[in-house]
Amino acid sequence: MKTWLPFEWIAAVRFLREGRMQSLLIIVGVGVGVAVIVFMSALLSGLQANLIKRTLSSQAHITLLPPEEIARPQQATDATALRLQKQAQRLRAIDQWQTLRDRLETWPEIAAVSPVASGPAFAVRGEANKAITVVGIEPERYNRVISLAERLTAGQLRVGAGEAVIGIELARDLGAEVGDKLRLSAADGRSDTLTVTGLFDLGNKGVNARNVYVGLRTAQSLLDLVGGVSSIDLALHDLDLAEQLARRIAGEIGLTADSWIKTNAQFVTALTSQRVSSNVIRFFIALSVAFGIASVLVVSVIQRGKEIGILRAMGATQAQMRRIFLLQGGIVGFFGSLLGSALAWSFLMLWQLLARNPDGTPMFVIGVEPGLVALAAGGASLVGILSALLPARRAAQLDPVVAIRG
Amino acid sequence: MAEPDDRVLHLAGIRKSYGSGEVESEILHGIDLTLRRGEFAALIGPSGSGKSTLLNLIGLLDRPTAGQLHIDGEDSGRLDDTGLTRLRGQRIGFVFQHHHLIPAFTAEENVAMPLLVARGRPDAEMFARAGRLLDQVGLADRKRHLANRLSGGQQQRVAIARALVTDPSLVLADEPTGNLDTHSADDVFALLREFNRRQHTTFLIVTHDPRLAARCDRIVELVDGRIVADRPPGPA
Ligand SMILES: Nc1ncnc2c1ncn2[C@@H]1O[C@H](COP(=O)(O)OP(=O)(O)OP(=O)(O)O)[C@@H](O)[C@H]1O
Ligand SMILES: [Mg+2]
Repeated sequence: MKTWLPFEWIAAVRFLREGRMQSLLIIVGVGVGVAVIVFMSALLSGLQANLIKRTLSSQAHITLLPPEEIARPQQATDATALRLQKQAQRLRAIDQWQTLRDRLETWPEIAAVSPVASGPAFAVRGEANKAITVVGIEPERYNRVISLAERLTAGQLRVGAGEAVIGIELARDLGAEVGDKLRLSAADGRSDTLTVTGLFDLGNKGVNARNVYVGLRTAQSLLDLVGGVSSIDLALHDLDLAEQLARRIAGEIGLTADSWIKTNAQFVTALTSQRVSSNVIRFFIALSVAFGIASVLVVSVIQRGKEIGILRAMGATQAQMRRIFLLQGGIVGFFGSLLGSALAWSFLMLWQLLARNPDGTPMFVIGVEPGLVALAAGGASLVGILSALLPARRAAQLDPVVAIRG
Repeated sequence: MAEPDDRVLHLAGIRKSYGSGEVESEILHGIDLTLRRGEFAALIGPSGSGKSTLLNLIGLLDRPTAGQLHIDGEDSGRLDDTGLTRLRGQRIGFVFQHHHLIPAFTAEENVAMPLLVARGRPDAEMFARAGRLLDQVGLADRKRHLANRLSGGQQQRVAIARALVTDPSLVLADEPTGNLDTHSADDVFALLREFNRRQHTTFLIVTHDPRLAARCDRIVELVDGRIVADRPPGPA
């Protein structure tokens, strides 16, 4: 007998050990339930993290744009009419963007700030002619928002004067390779000839066909944005805070701030409803596990009536009897969760072996995190204790006279 | 002859009914009984006369419908369930007919159980005490055996050691030899008597065996829920 264990623990463990078959079966039952829950959770969070990662591979967490201008033709003089027209044509720019950039970089929630000058243009090479978006960047800053350097399939991320990095789709459309030249022409006849220094694949066909990355200066002069930027891209430490933070920035700085959550509203809603339905399923699995534990313990209380009566005659209180059965529930839950986590881990390994991309690489990497195992163990122990409430009450209220006579 | 505080057990006007309303039936009709320290009394009577019912009341496993019940001077009527449980654990030892050991524990652990229950955690002293008692009942070599690996007579001896481990004021035994062959029954009875002589523990023993009743100091006879005789042994 282990001298450091209290009486209730000793009795609970002995009772479980003595009812070997019953205990084993219910622990396996709990284990299967926990395995499904852990497997589902790991799979779902892996899947969702992967989807979000793909979505955000070519998108900033928050994009700041100039405030929406409302054209107000108060006095329809020729001068204002002219100015209105001009406003419609010209790209709107963010004023004082350097100051703003430096200020935002000091915010603790913000991981990276990247000013961008972008606008429409045509890419021409030989006979081929494609509508594209010129994206002028400061490469080091931009790379911290969207990891362009990692996504290069050829060449380097070099966007000095006369250099451009283009997507693999556009490269195919234009028949261009690293080292080839192409000409960009924008509105008002401004144009520039650039050398392709790198090819990227951001995992998004549209982006791969459209974006042409150039230096900030190059873009500014092509797009007639001299000294200005058209947007500021932000990366955050916590993705989920994007919408809150966007509102705060809009309020404090007076720019339009679009979070990825807002621009991908449908996608985010789909993720949320996927999570809700999986929570419902997990809840019902936990419920059926709880009923399983409860029914086994109810039977055990009936079987052990005589022993409960003896212990009561020996001076055991109702509270002690109750704890003995609550503990049995908790212990069954705990060991069931360990078994379940081990099972879930095997399922996941198997799943990763089977679920592969067409090229044979794993679709995405998921594992059973220690946190999830701890959560499952805590949760299952709690469910075990809760499901033991009723049996434990019965044990405590058992009439010792009846129990001993029976 | 004895001081009032010599009374280990004092019953006055104890009644017990089962059921309620129309189906209520009274089993015990006003029992008065006093046991003093060191007494070794037999409780006899026909089947259904209420012997076990009375023993359960005395053992604080059940409450009387009416009357007063004092154990070591403490009025049980004033106690709640926890208080009764505590008093029971400290002052009363039980020996049942069907030995009633807990099969998941060894002989030694079963004997130490009342102390374990009271103290909440195992300690060396309680096992030393359990070991000594097992020596005294002649089971020194069976200490580590699981309870259900022992013979009936051995189990009952373990149960006696368990009843005595808390050094109780009163040991209640409900047909302790009812399930044993004559030889084992004599052994077990002799053990009870020996503890009574050595430690002056008070015993109240329900028995159907006139031979054993005759070896007690006092015979209380219950018929139809009333005490009809209370006398020393010998020709009635
Ligand atoms: N819980 C109960 N509900 C109703 N009646 C009961 C209950 N317990 C006992 N009785 C009745 O009380 C009476 C006395 O029973 P008790 O067990 O005390 O007798 P006993 O003298 O111990 O008999 P035996 O020698 O057979 O053990 C019996 O008629 C029995 O049916
Ligand atoms: Mg009886």
